[in-house]
Amino acid sequence: MATGTAQSAATQSSLATRPERLWPYAVIGIVLGIVFTRSEVVSWFRIQEMFRFQSFHMYGIIGSAVAVGAVGVWLIKRFEIRSVTNHPMRIPTDRFEVPGYQYWLGGTAFGLGWGLLGACPGPIYVLIGNGVTVMFVAFLSALVGVWTYGAMRHRLPHS
Amino acid sequence: MDLLTRPWPWYVAGPIIGLAVPLVYLYAGRKWGISSTFRDVCAATLPRDLDYFRYSWRAQGGWRLTMALGLIFGGFVAGVTRSTDVAVSEATRADLTALGITDFTGLVPAELFAWSALGTVPGIVLIVGGGFLVGFGTRYANGCTSGHAISGLSALRVTSFVAVLGFFAGGLIATHLLLPVLLGGGS
Repeated sequence: MATGTAQSAATQSSLATRPERLWPYAVIGIVLGIVFTRSEVVSWFRIQEMFRFQSFHMYGIIGSAVAVGAVGVWLIKRFEIRSVTNHPMRIPTDRFEVPGYQYWLGGTAFGLGWGLLGACPGPIYVLIGNGVTVMFVAFLSALVGVWTYGAMRHRLPHS
Repeated sequence: MDLLTRPWPWYVAGPIIGLAVPLVYLYAGRKWGISSTFRDVCAATLPRDLDYFRYSWRAQGGWRLTMALGLIFGGFVAGVTRSTDVAVSEATRADLTALGITDFTGLVPAELFAWSALGTVPGIVLIVGGGFLVGFGTRYANGCTSGHAISGLSALRVTSFVAVLGFFAGGLIATHLLLPVLLGGGS
């Protein structure tokens, strides 16, 4: 823990936050758009293959993404690394929160949509870029779904 | 080069996708996720009569809306240089052929994901119904494949694990129960 405290003491001297620019997010988006297309995770065929357990491809992608993400999150927490703009780390701390109904019911509703549409939110954007323009209709329909949730959420079971 | 024409293997794509989680934390401490952009767009465009959409979408969502524009552009860049069929397994091809799908040349089946398909029952259910459920479900569960399956599992959250179980339950129902009824098994 000595390294952790030394690190945070060192970085805390520069507490002032630096402005958060938007271009890094544009770069991340472009890279992910290319990766999502080239690895075919945006493909309806690949999602069908996944839900039919006929290839390791999608499981390998999600599994290795989680592995890399988990190591990254662990390192950030272990060494109390601060963000380069000095904004606070908003890593979820509710690791053992008892899952309420929203995770079961909302998750299943999302899964039904994922199985039919063959695309989750990121791929909806990527497919529009790929020229599958009818996905814009799916995007608008997703907005209606979000609005519907916003309108009726007080009547839906949560935790 | 192979990488220009062949699909990228999982061990190349997965780690790059996973890196987004620590990178977005390291830049400004934000939790990576994409589906909240739908909420941001609603908050930016709709009359603010619902409390769910009364928040500063620019401050909270500007970063992810920018990322979404990047996703569209990245898809465009990758799309204009992509030439081969999706390398889906023979078993999947056989199953989908039995459901009446004949065109395997694009990223999505052309007969189901075209503007003309919006005049057919399967097209409406898949595109409009699927899109609605994706939007509704992500907000109800408070996350999608990026926010729960990747960011949430990376942080070892129980709630995200349950949400991902729900994603798979729904996907299996859609694939094995709904699609056969919708597509009818024969063209």
